Amino acid sequence: MTTTAPGDPTTASPDGDDRSAPAGAARPVGGAAVAFRSVVKRYAGHTALQGVDLDLAPGELVALLGPSGCGKTTALRSLAGLETVTSGRVTIDGRDVVDVPTHRRDVGMVFQAYSLFPHLTVQQNVEFGLRMRRVGRAERSTRAGDMLDLVGLGDLGGRFAHQLSGGQQQRVALARALVTRPRVLLLDEPLSALDAKVRVQLRDEIRRLQRELAITTLFVTHDQEEALAVADRVAVMRAGTIEQIGSPEELYAAPATRFVAEFVGTSNRLRAEVVDGRVRLPGHEVAAVGSPPDGAAWAYVRPEDVAFADRGLAGVVEGVSFLGAVCRSSVRTGPETLVVLDHRADERRPVGARVALAFTPASVAVAPLD
Amino acid sequence: MTGRSTVARRAALVVVGAVFAVPILAMVAFSLRSADGTGHDLGHWRAIVDPENERAYRNLVEGVTNSLVLAGASAALVLVLLVPAVVLVHLRYPRLVRPLEFVSLVPITVPAIVLVVGLAPVYSVVARVAGSGAWTLALAYGVTVLPYAYRAIQADLASTDLRTLAEASRTLGSGWLRTMALVVVPSLRRGLLAAAFITVAVVLGEYTIASLLNRVNLQTALVQVSRSDPFAAVIFALLALLFAFVLLVVVGRVGSIGTARPVLPGRDRARRSRTAPRKALS
Repeated sequence: MTTTAPGDPTTASPDGDDRSAPAGAARPVGGAAVAFRSVVKRYAGHTALQGVDLDLAPGELVALLGPSGCGKTTALRSLAGLETVTSGRVTIDGRDVVDVPTHRRDVGMVFQAYSLFPHLTVQQNVEFGLRMRRVGRAERSTRAGDMLDLVGLGDLGGRFAHQLSGGQQQRVALARALVTRPRVLLLDEPLSALDAKVRVQLRDEIRRLQRELAITTLFVTHDQEEALAVADRVAVMRAGTIEQIGSPEELYAAPATRFVAEFVGTSNRLRAEVVDGRVRLPGHEVAAVGSPPDGAAWAYVRPEDVAFADRGLAGVVEGVSFLGAVCRSSVRTGPETLVVLDHRADERRPVGARVALAFTPASVAVAPLD
Repeated sequence: MTGRSTVARRAALVVVGAVFAVPILAMVAFSLRSADGTGHDLGHWRAIVDPENERAYRNLVEGVTNSLVLAGASAALVLVLLVPAVVLVHLRYPRLVRPLEFVSLVPITVPAIVLVVGLAPVYSVVARVAGSGAWTLALAYGVTVLPYAYRAIQADLASTDLRTLAEASRTLGSGWLRTMALVVVPSLRRGLLAAAFITVAVVLGEYTIASLLNRVNLQTALVQVSRSDPFAAVIFALLALLFAFVLLVVVGRVGSIGTARPVLPGRDRARRSRTAPRKALS
C-alpha cells in the first residue's frame, strides 16, 4: 500500500547509513515487514522473552497486550535496538537487524514518558530526526510544520515542552517520530500517562495517522480496550511468550486459553462438560465456539452474551449496578459461581429474585481445565 | 495566621540577610577609611590601580591570575571527566551509581591537611613530569570539588528522565556522540553550570592546599599582602566576592535561556509562513 506523505517524502540515512535513500532521493512510502524469530532475552536470573515469534505485515498495526512484566516492552525495545536480544532474529524487510545500532534501524518511537527534548521548541523537536538525516533547513521546516498540522498543533511550533499539556506533548512526540517516515513505528504505552478523554482522542488519532501513512506499527499496551480499539491484530503476551495472536474480534470471541479469556474483556468462567461441540451446563446447553474436544472444561461467556430467560441456568440475583448504557447484574448460580450479565435498565430484576439465564448460541468459548 | 507567617518569613529573611550583609558592609566601610583614619574616601581603591604600587601588588596580581587559571582548569577538568562518567553510569551502568556517589563524596570526608599530606609525594612526581606551575593544582582541586560538582549534576539528573531522552534521540537517528552533544549536555545545562560555578567558587576560596604545597593563589596572596596592607587584602576579597556574584547571575541567566519563552498561539504559524519561503529561496 502506498500513500502520499505530508511534505516531501525524501529522506537521507542517519549517520551515513547506505541502507536508505540519500538526501534528495525519493523512497517508496509505506511500512516494512517485521519478523521476530525465536527471540529470547535473558537478564541475570530472569528471562523476559522466551522464544517469541511474531510477524507484522507492511502497514499493519499489531498491539502487544499483556500484564506488567510479561515482556511486551522488552519485545518492542528489542525491535528498536534499545535491548540486545540473547538469541533469535529480528528482521525488518527480511534483513536481520540484531546487530544494527538503534540510530541506523530507521524506526520511530513514542515513549510512555513524555520524551520531548526540554531545551528545544516543538518545531525544533520535530525537526530533530530530519537534522540527524541532514535534511536541508527549508525542507526540515516545511516537513515539520506539515507534520505538526497533521497532529493539530501547527500553531504551537514555538512553544517548549513545559508549556504543553500531556496530550499535546504526546502529539508532538508522535509528529517527531513520524516526520522522518520511519519504516516501523513503535509505540510504548504512549497513552497511559494521559487522562481518559484525551487517551481516547489520541488513540483514534494514532489509528488515523497510522492508516494514512500506512506505516507498520507495533503498539505496546496493558489496556485491553485500547488494544482492541486500534489494532489490526492483537498479540496477548504472558511470561515472555505470546499466548494468542489474532484480530480483536477473534481474540474476544474465541480466546484460545484461560489466560486470554480472563485477560481480554470480562468473562464468566463456568465449569462445563463438552459433548459433540456443545457445552452442557446445569439446566442449559449451548453450542461452543469452534470444535473443542469432549470432556470436562472451562466455559467462558461474555456478560453481553448472557440474558435473563424463562428457562436455563438457575440462580439468585445478588447485585445490580447501573453502568450508564447498560445495567450489570450478578447472579449466584452455585456456591462458587457468580455469573455477571449486561442488560437494559428496564430488564433489571430485584436483588434476591430467582432467575434463569440463557447464553447466546455459539458465544461460549471453551478452554481445558487447569 | 497568614499575616503571622509572613512576618516570620520576613524576619528570617532579614536575619539571614544581615548575616551576609553586615560583614560585607564592614569590609566596604573598612576599605573606604581615609589614610589618617578620620574619614572615608577612595584612597585605598585608587592605590590599587596606581602604577606606582604595581610592584607592591605584583604577588597579589599573580595570585589572582593563578586562581582564575586554576578555576578555569578545574572546571574544565570536572566537566570533561566527571560529566561523561556520571552520564555513562546513569544511562548504561545504573548499578554503579552508588559506588560512584560514594567515591565522589569521599573527598569531603578527608580534611584538607590530610589531603595535602597524601598529595605532597604525588606532587613531587607531578613537578618532575609537568613542572611546578600553579595550574598543576587543578589536579588536586578537581578532587576537592568532586563532591559539590557531583551533587549539582546529580540533582539535575534526578529531575530529568535522561535515559528516555537519550533513547528518543537514538531512535531519531542520532549516534551516542551526537546524543551527548545535542541532547544530554543541553538537558543538563543547569546542573553543568551549577557544577562549574561551585568549582570556580571553591577554587577562588581555597587556601590550605596552595599554601602547604607552596603555590601562589588568590588566598595565599591575600594573606601575604594583608600583613603589610590590610586595606588591599580586603578590597581584593570584596572584588572576589563581586566576581562570584556576577558569575552566579550569569550562570542563572545562561541556565534559563531557551526554557521559558511563552509564545502566543497563532504567532508561530505567522512566523513560519514568513520564514519558510525565504529559507527555501536561499
